[in-house]
Amino acid sequence: MTPAAFAYSRAATVDEALDLIAAGDPATRVLAGGQSLIPLMKLRLARPERLVDVGRIGELRGIRDLSGGGLAVGALTTWAALLEDPRVTRYGALADVLPVIGDVQVRNRGTIGGSLAHADPASDIAAPALALEMELVARSAARGERTIAAADFFAGAFATVLGPDEMLLEVRLLGAGRSAASAYVALPQPASGYPIAGVAVSLTGTPGGAATTGCVIGVTGVGEQQYRAYDVERSVVAGTPFADAAKTIAAGQRVASDIHADRDYRAAMAVVMARRAFDAAVARQG
Amino acid sequence: MELIHRPASAGTAATEARIAIDLVVNGERVALEVEPRRLLVDVLREDLDLTGTKVGCDTSSCGTCTVHLDGRAVKSCTVLAVQADGSAVRTVEDLAPDSEHLHPLQAAFVEHHGLQCGFCTPGMLMTALDLLARDPDPSDGEIRHAIHGNLCRCTGYQSIVASIQEGAAVMRGEPPRTWTEAHAAPRSTAPAPDR
Ligand SMILES: Cc1cc2nc3c(=O)[nH]c(=O)nc-3n(C[C@H](O)[C@H](O)[C@H](O)COP(=O)(O)OP(=O)(O)OC[C@H]3O[C@@H](n4cnc5c(N)ncnc54)[C@H](O)[C@@H]3O)c2cc1C
Repeated sequence: MTPAAFAYSRAATVDEALDLIAAGDPATRVLAGGQSLIPLMKLRLARPERLVDVGRIGELRGIRDLSGGGLAVGALTTWAALLEDPRVTRYGALADVLPVIGDVQVRNRGTIGGSLAHADPASDIAAPALALEMELVARSAARGERTIAAADFFAGAFATVLGPDEMLLEVRLLGAGRSAASAYVALPQPASGYPIAGVAVSLTGTPGGAATTGCVIGVTGVGEQQYRAYDVERSVVAGTPFADAAKTIAAGQRVASDIHADRDYRAAMAVVMARRAFDAAVARQG
Repeated sequence: MELIHRPASAGTAATEARIAIDLVVNGERVALEVEPRRLLVDVLREDLDLTGTKVGCDTSSCGTCTVHLDGRAVKSCTVLAVQADGSAVRTVEDLAPDSEHLHPLQAAFVEHHGLQCGFCTPGMLMTALDLLARDPDPSDGEIRHAIHGNLCRCTGYQSIVASIQEGAAVMRGEPPRTWTEAHAAPRSTAPAPDR
């Protein structure tokens, strides 16, 4: 299978890339590792007329320390590069998610920025991005730079708040405090590996989960889009035992249904994954 | 059914333009002109006659198209040839100079029944070599995790894992063992990690 014809240009710098997409033409697409876009183009589910290859922009690759113990991950950093960096183990949910994304070959090409921008409602990274409250730095030639909280980033299935003239540059993880512990647990669809239900939980507070002062929950694969389980978060902080609070994790969502998992099963698995992620996060506290 | 011929507009004319790319394929510099939409696997097979690399599913799932791009295993059906410009590509043809002198990993696949129909083998070899470059002494579980993106519909994987273990041992400098010797004393029995 061969994609439909398109015009190709390669950007050497961020500024060059932003100039090439500045017209805001939706038929122009940025190409990073191509692990989502190329399969879609081969199936002709996507037919961009122009591709701007950003895969060689060195300034968007790599991980650097932020003051306060945080990390800034360039949008073009591959899953493999993240997996091989010991600093990611500061973030339990991130360390959990990396080895289960795709396979070696996909992790060698696929980038964190590409996955977030693609916004597959079942992408694994969405749940840790929400639970760890990642901050996404985006820039356009016309409007300059802005920082978007993960909770404000996704705008429906395969949709984000990014404009067609805007690029994701960096993903920021803020300092993981000593008492903050997180985990990601997913039930993978056995053939594709994508989550039927995936939940990330991040906790702040006394070790053991007795006095939880902060609880942030990201859910992927379950609803029409990835989401924060705000109601569950609030009830946990108010003192409800997690297992009780998590029973409503899929409430109010239009839960996806397919041949691998019907609505009820998927919703039930979201509850189970949430409980497991909570237990794993508690085990990491202290 | 009637075929509709649409003349190329000025806009599409530019899209057909070929782009000059430079690759180092199996150690040799190759200069090519390719349409941007052409996949690396097709350029390797059709333009460079390197048909050892196979097209299986053509949907990024089966891994038989795996080659090394700048030392990393990638699915060449999911890479545009233009993306590989300036990169080093290594295909299965580079492993052995001829059929008399197989790479130790290939020899291990032969001895330890790592293939039946052989269609997945080029990809299995390239993915296994990516693993062994980083981890020369993996457990069975680590091998299974590494070949997650390579599908085999014949062997049930048991003999592939055994072949990679034996190939890895020889690459580490241990003496080759026959299938019978290896069967009597497996090198590793570590369980596979989840998925
Ligand atoms: C076989 C296979 C298995 C997979 N399994 C999993 C899995 O189990 N779990 C999972 O979560 N994912 C999985 N994936 C998806 C994979 O993780 C993503 O395809 C990859 O990370 C996307 O990154 P990319 O660089 O390849 O993006 P590309 O394919 O290059 O781009 C994807 C989209 O994002 C846009 N884009 C890319 N970079 C930017 C940027 N910096 N700014 C703005 N827009 C941008 C592109 O225009 C495009 O629309 C799998 C993929 C394959 C092929």
